[in-house]
Amino acid sequence: MIQLKVNGVDRSFGGEPEMPLLWYLRDVLGLTGSKFGCGVGLCGACTVHVNGHAARSCVTAMRDAGGKEVTTIEGLDNNGLHPVQKAWMQINVPQCGYCQVGQIMQAAALLNSKRKPADREIDEAMSGNICRCGTYQRIRAAIKAAAGEMA
Amino acid sequence: MSSIENVSRRRFLTGGIIGAGALVLGVRYYHKLLSGPKLPRDGNADHATLHPSVFLGIDPDGTVWIVASRSEMGTTSRTTLPLVVADELDADWKRVKIEQAIGDKRYGDQNTDGSHSIRSFYDTMREAGATARCMLIQAAAQQWGVPVAECETDLHVVVHRSTNRRAGYGELATAAAKLAAPKREELKLKPKSAWRYVGKGQVSYDLEALVTGKAIYGMDAHMDGMVYASVEHPPVLGGKVKSFDDKEALKVAGVRQTVPIDPFQQAPAFQPLGGIAVIADNTWAAFQGRKKLNIAWDNGPNETYNSDAYKNELRETSHNPCKMVRNIGDVDAVFAKGSKAYEADYYVPLLAHASMEPMVALAEFKDGKATLWAPTQNPQAVQDIVAKQLGIAKEDVICNVTLLGGGFGRKSKPDYVAEAAVLSKKTGRPVKVVWTREDDIKFDYYNAVASMYMKAALGADGKPTAWLQRSVFPPIPSIFDVNAVYGDPGHLQQGWTDIPYDLPNLRVENGPAKAHVRIGWLRSVANIYHAFAIQCFTDELAQAAGHDSLDYLLDLIGKPRTIDFEGVKYPNYGASMDAYPWETGRLRRVTEMVAEKSGWGKRKHGKGTGIGIAAHRSFLTYVATVVEVEVNDQGEVRIPRVDTALDAGLIVNPEATRAQFEGAAVFGTSVVRSGEITATKGVIDQSNFQDYPVARIGEAPQQTNIYIVDSDAPPAGVGEPGVPPFVAAFCNAIFSATGKRVRDLPISKFGLS
Repeated sequence: MIQLKVNGVDRSFGGEPEMPLLWYLRDVLGLTGSKFGCGVGLCGACTVHVNGHAARSCVTAMRDAGGKEVTTIEGLDNNGLHPVQKAWMQINVPQCGYCQVGQIMQAAALLNSKRKPADREIDEAMSGNICRCGTYQRIRAAIKAAAGEMA
Repeated sequence: MSSIENVSRRRFLTGGIIGAGALVLGVRYYHKLLSGPKLPRDGNADHATLHPSVFLGIDPDGTVWIVASRSEMGTTSRTTLPLVVADELDADWKRVKIEQAIGDKRYGDQNTDGSHSIRSFYDTMREAGATARCMLIQAAAQQWGVPVAECETDLHVVVHRSTNRRAGYGELATAAAKLAAPKREELKLKPKSAWRYVGKGQVSYDLEALVTGKAIYGMDAHMDGMVYASVEHPPVLGGKVKSFDDKEALKVAGVRQTVPIDPFQQAPAFQPLGGIAVIADNTWAAFQGRKKLNIAWDNGPNETYNSDAYKNELRETSHNPCKMVRNIGDVDAVFAKGSKAYEADYYVPLLAHASMEPMVALAEFKDGKATLWAPTQNPQAVQDIVAKQLGIAKEDVICNVTLLGGGFGRKSKPDYVAEAAVLSKKTGRPVKVVWTREDDIKFDYYNAVASMYMKAALGADGKPTAWLQRSVFPPIPSIFDVNAVYGDPGHLQQGWTDIPYDLPNLRVENGPAKAHVRIGWLRSVANIYHAFAIQCFTDELAQAAGHDSLDYLLDLIGKPRTIDFEGVKYPNYGASMDAYPWETGRLRRVTEMVAEKSGWGKRKHGKGTGIGIAAHRSFLTYVATVVEVEVNDQGEVRIPRVDTALDAGLIVNPEATRAQFEGAAVFGTSVVRSGEITATKGVIDQSNFQDYPVARIGEAPQQTNIYIVDSDAPPAGVGEPGVPPFVAAFCNAIFSATGKRVRDLPISKFGLS
């Protein structure tokens, strides 16, 4: 059995240890906020936090999630909206929205490690997250707004 | 707000009322409803106490239900169209609840493509709101015993000013429902000065759901007892399974069974591609099982298709006379005089949609009926194809529409939904089909590969005295008729037959090309390659003539006039030429506007930097774009700034419009930088984002500025028109920065050094 914590709740998993965390979250736990986009860690739609760091859940095997604390969008903020989510609404970032959960998780991890990221640092940190609708300039603006909020 | 509520209503109108057309059916059928027998209906709008339109219902608690009949894939139409109803109703937006329509012809056209949701439904939405408002006023006037003319509405209330009486919409709903509905000609629409929401806009109704992960996409649809399927499709279009061995697949933990799916008959249309499906307890097990399948394929005739050779074929075709689709004067006579002619070949490869949500659908076939949950742009096409595939009546197909994780035209083709339905019938369970990214890239309905040949002669003033253009591309109708090789008017109009220049001699031609993959609509469609060729060739001629690119472009557009399409098959995107004439003055205006706003000719550009301009009308909207680029010694391109001016007539939601044009610049960036699908022996070479890259944050324009022309012209499209001029302006900017003319896309393949 693989033991892990998901959004603060203890879980155990007895299935295939090679199964990616993404499908455990989605198909087993029913936490569908994290999205399937590419399956190979190239688009970032599946981004969650593992022990506080952004991770691509589509290429994180369950065996590697054992003993870890996993946070998904459903558990990002206990009080409703995280400052990054608020900034996303304020700047009106999403179009289709499908990638945005991953973008938000990535941005929240960035702001945890870097309070006031410069444009170049934002672009570097967010370069693994694709938005096909093309909301990038609003993502950049929202991260700056959230950084101001969190400062 | 967190999930989509669906109007599921069955066999409501099967009589002749539907034929009346989209404009009227929205509000006109209710006479029948009010007087006829009780009909089964399930939606909240349908159940509401006051229900004067299929799009609208008002309950005694004041809740206003508005039905979104178009699909939401990021353009905000699910919010913007209900906003029009709410405005005309004078409703409080906070008390509006939006429910998503199932596929049902009573809503009129639901194929959310072609950038026409607002254009085609603006009047219908206004009429729905105005009808309810009129009935509420009548009900209040009756209760108060005052003339209707003395009553008016304020936010969610009817008021009688002189006696200072007010009644909320909720409290009037029951009385209003007993009244005969007004005739359409009796409706009083609000004057522009009284508009609450139109022109001001609103953020997405789903915004909070989108940022909290609560929004439900097709990928998130769930039914109790459902199983998951992944399908190994024939690698070559039209291929068939010769034989297969599933022993190893069935050993994978969680795999339940395999199910063959028949190949499509005749032309592919929206039929499933066929292949072998692996059914499993979860998505990952289905993927794993599929990898263990051993299948022998009969690839069929498309096995000979190689995209490199095909490119040469298209080009060769374009170098010889083709079918004439528009002509002015006599270009041959000018060219025969022997003055210097300028020639250029332009090429755009096949492009994939790559929406962030791959194709996915959930289906349950039970008791002779099919229920679907799908991220589809086209729920009525789902009904058609599922009915056909399952041998049931269209009315027995309920297509629930989820949010779409991007669409860009791909999700108006419901082959993947039909796949789920077929598998549910064969397995007797609800089945969720999940395509991998690889499936999405390899089995798309691609934007056509196109080769354009351009030729012009210039007069002493530098302006063209003759202009010849030929485009050759496999046409979209080939998915319905494999022998279709010429462009249809609906796609030749897209930036080709409607070249807006004032030219004394012009010939527009189109050559034949047979399709070997499925060709389909992709955001902006044929406008992408046509605008690329025309707008870049214009820039080439400006250079040749020694003119400024902007001045030259304006010279060619000429004086404000309405283009005469006498003798040309020009469908005008399905809109009337009276309401939406092709006005060159509007193209001039956005061009001048973007030049001014971008500081054209005034900004300094250092080594390796440059700007380009292009102007284009598509989906009835006039757009001009200026792109600024920086190219370093390694040939790497950055886009510091984009300026876009647009005239889309009346804009209901300016914020959503700006977002669409910002996004279009990013979409266009992907086209220019890296968009290319190729094939070897009929098999698509690309598979995922490593070999079909799309623009990432640092590659996309750093800043895109949008300028909207204030216009009272009828509303036009905003989802697609931003892409074509961006692509051309980007390439013109690259020339300005490097002196290298981009004629073959993408630049990742052909390079800039």
